[in-house]
Amino acid sequence: MARLKRRSLLGALAALPMLTTLAGPAAAQDRIVIGEINSYTRLPAFTEPYKKGWQLGLEEINAGGGIKGQEIEVISRDDTGDPATAIRIAEEMISKDEATMIFGTFLSNIGLAVSDFSKQNKTLFLASEPLSDAIVWSNGNRYTYRLRPSTHMQAAMLAEEAAKLDAVRWATVAPNYAYGRDAVAAFKAELTRLRPDVEFVEEQWPPVFKIDAGSTVRALEAAKPDAIYNVTFAGDLAKFVREGSIRMLFEDRPVVSLLSGEPEYLLPLGDETPDGWIVTGYPGTDIETEAHQAFAQAYIDRWGEPPMTGSIVGYNSMLSIKALLEKAESLETEDLLAAMEGLEVPSSPTGPFRFRAADHQATMGAYVGRTALVDGTPKMVDWVYAHGADYLPSEAEAAKMRPAE
Amino acid sequence: MSFYFAQLLTGLANASSLFLIACGLSIIFGVTRIVNFAHGSLFMLGAYIAYSVVTRLDAGVFGFWFGMLAAALAVGLVGLAMEFLILRRLYRAPELFQLVATFGLVLVIQDVALAIWGAADLLGPRAPGLARAVRIFGEPIPQYDLALIGIGPLVLAGIWLLFHRTRWGILVRAATQDRDMVGALGVNQNWLFSAAFFLGAALAGLGGALQIPREAVSLQMDLNVIAEAFVVVVIGGMGSVAGAFVAAVLISVLNAFAVLVFPQISIVLPFVVMAVVLVLRPHGLFGKPGSGHGAPGEPEAPLRHMSGRGRMALAALVLAMLASPAVAGDFTLILLVDLLVAMLFAASLHFLMGVGGMVSFGHAAFFGIGAYGAALAVKTLGLGMGGAMLAGPLAGALGALVFGWFCVRLSGVYLAMLTLAAAQIVWGITFQWQDVTGGDDGILGVWPAPWASSDTAYFYLAAAICLGGIWALRRVVHSPFGYLLRGGRDSPVRAEAIGLDLRRHQWAGFTLAGTLAGLAGTVFAFSKGSVFPDVLGIAQSVDGLIMVLLGGIHALAGPLLGAGVFVLIEDWVSRLDFWRFIFGAIILAVVLLAPDGLAGGLERLRRLLRRTTGGGAAR
Repeated sequence: MARLKRRSLLGALAALPMLTTLAGPAAAQDRIVIGEINSYTRLPAFTEPYKKGWQLGLEEINAGGGIKGQEIEVISRDDTGDPATAIRIAEEMISKDEATMIFGTFLSNIGLAVSDFSKQNKTLFLASEPLSDAIVWSNGNRYTYRLRPSTHMQAAMLAEEAAKLDAVRWATVAPNYAYGRDAVAAFKAELTRLRPDVEFVEEQWPPVFKIDAGSTVRALEAAKPDAIYNVTFAGDLAKFVREGSIRMLFEDRPVVSLLSGEPEYLLPLGDETPDGWIVTGYPGTDIETEAHQAFAQAYIDRWGEPPMTGSIVGYNSMLSIKALLEKAESLETEDLLAAMEGLEVPSSPTGPFRFRAADHQATMGAYVGRTALVDGTPKMVDWVYAHGADYLPSEAEAAKMRPAE
Repeated sequence: MSFYFAQLLTGLANASSLFLIACGLSIIFGVTRIVNFAHGSLFMLGAYIAYSVVTRLDAGVFGFWFGMLAAALAVGLVGLAMEFLILRRLYRAPELFQLVATFGLVLVIQDVALAIWGAADLLGPRAPGLARAVRIFGEPIPQYDLALIGIGPLVLAGIWLLFHRTRWGILVRAATQDRDMVGALGVNQNWLFSAAFFLGAALAGLGGALQIPREAVSLQMDLNVIAEAFVVVVIGGMGSVAGAFVAAVLISVLNAFAVLVFPQISIVLPFVVMAVVLVLRPHGLFGKPGSGHGAPGEPEAPLRHMSGRGRMALAALVLAMLASPAVAGDFTLILLVDLLVAMLFAASLHFLMGVGGMVSFGHAAFFGIGAYGAALAVKTLGLGMGGAMLAGPLAGALGALVFGWFCVRLSGVYLAMLTLAAAQIVWGITFQWQDVTGGDDGILGVWPAPWASSDTAYFYLAAAICLGGIWALRRVVHSPFGYLLRGGRDSPVRAEAIGLDLRRHQWAGFTLAGTLAGLAGTVFAFSKGSVFPDVLGIAQSVDGLIMVLLGGIHALAGPLLGAGVFVLIEDWVSRLDFWRFIFGAIILAVVLLAPDGLAGGLERLRRLLRRTTGGGAAR
């Protein structure tokens, strides 16, 4: 008898962890619950500023009385960089926390996984950061919208600048995964359209975050290109810049580089920042529009550091959600979807943008400029704001790229 | 010509840094037989510490090289603490169990580094005096590359002298060959192991420190190098430092030239080289037979059939699980499906490792092949869920049949690393072959058929498949085939002597394990709705390995316990800030409390309880 009891005790002990999942909290009616998923431990350099950005936006909304009298509560979770974990978390947010919608994700495969999940579960998903074109085009679905300017848009912005150069022979270097391949394909297509005389003489595909920079630089040098298109970022970029400049790869050779103007990637280069690379990015506090200055000041007051690209994406995500909830007639998914179609965000730190009804891509743009070292600090100079809408195919064309529903 | 010479120099410089990372690992394994997953973390710590010292001192040439040595020393002390506080307590644990502890350390060190140095990449200074390039035959060669080309062989020579010209080195080499004999001769093994760990860790730290002038210090450094470090050590032959040097040169120089012709190859090149070397030379280039085995553990007690009471308890647990949809919310069911998948995956790996004695570092290959088999059956062949559920395990079986043929010829860590190579090559193909597998954008829309799409229905389907698979494995373990595999594991020579074709049976066992892993992958694919190359990745293999070892490799319930604890704790803990630190600490605590795994720990607890209540007399 005594032994039987022990056994049931042990069994009960083993079941303890499940208890936490049994007791679903009663969803509070006075607040709107929103789920947020991102790779906080896998890519902290980008996702920490992003989190600070949306937190600032959230605090401002709730301080201003919330949405129609209801506060917003964001449940934020770390996806550990694994698509399967992201899906499990999304399921929990929908079924247990009764989240109204989900936003976030950085890595493209996680964005795609959650987007497919949202389609299956008929839940609205705002993909804040993933750049993959597939999210809105080849794998687009009714329930997924994307905020950040896509790979195609940013590559097209650079191609426009690249077409103004004299260079004819181009070499490309990009990390060997979907983002790198999309970025090269889009740049080639756009540049060839603008300048039919260019030729691409060399391409290098180092593994992401594992570039053998010396060998890669030498392979590029061997092709003797007139100019180079670079897609590597983060640690790979630093290695590439270092090995390239010491081997004089960039002497008298223009470089066009995707995302390298984003402070997350530019600042670590320190005093080795290359001079005059044509980049897309974010000039931070140098932007002098009223809306941006207000944002930057609030951000610095709140967090004690200047905003990064992630911050602006996080903040604009929250602004988009605010506009959505104010416009939607109810929190039902169908009403939210109706409100997302062509949703206008009238004012944001980067200017107004809207979500296109045809392909669910936001028209938020990016900044195009040149890298420089100003007073020992890496900066973007001579930059202009490139409106996202100018670098997207027409809505009719874009709709054709999406699968039939 | 001058171009190719310069390319050779670039390859040699890379070889030196790769060798510096790998040689410490080789020494640690050679002496202590610990598969040290935390070696990459020590490498990363070396880089961070050197960065801090060099940028703070800012003292030119002297400051720079002082920083290198200080980092090496500091990391050596970290390694010493690791050995002294944790690993020393685990030398009597089953083979490879220490790997779990080092996995816990990886998690802890990741969060510690994040807390100390922050998330942003840190670009250290270039080496003073070596910041430029010199022209050799007209080609610019960085001076620092030339310095590295010198440092690698210098370190190799230093290690050689240490091992061949000092008494300590002779003892270490003796211990590498026969630890018990060295102990019998009155040498204090603890002291020897501590010193070897210090040396190995210090070399890892030095390797990290010397990377500062070449790359930004980042939180990804640890996991980026660890697989390649293992590859180098294995190609060279476990425990052979000179072998590691040759292997590093081989891989780096091949890569330097391969990117000129076929730039995409970098992704799998080291693993392809390793597979080729291991197929041709089962103990690596310079390894000796038997060099690939971990520390001999306690001899394993034969598995017993479950008692009547045990059966009842098990049946009750299964019934409770099956009844859970009545009380539990939808999300609990989703978590339970994940749990069932993990249990079947771990059980299949345990069948391979615990029963068959074939350690696998790449079991995710079959899990992933199963998942992709099912996904492709749906997407490309247009089969329904039923057909796909057959296609998945069949694909897993086919994969295991092919790889098993090569793998069963090897043993110990060599076998484990060949499975890793197989998994990485499959991963590379899946990643690259965009037209068929979708590359890293994966395959989307693999959802269950309408009748099974509700959470409850899919839970029952998954439960039926996974519990059925686990039950089938149990049956096999207690069948003549299972006895044969266990006999072969404990004494291959005797098994062969009584006329058993061991290899053929191991091959069959390998295939069975692969089939069931494929089945787990199939259930997984339909529960998530999408498949990405991550399912084939190293992380997935390591998760399975940790589940099996943590649960206890000597018990059939071990993998189930391990999977349960791993999945539930991770799901709970990842809600917290700095969860990796907490998770790692929990793993370390479990490892220290139960050095024979959870199953062994619970068994001891049961016996203790019985003794205190006097219940033992009833038997």
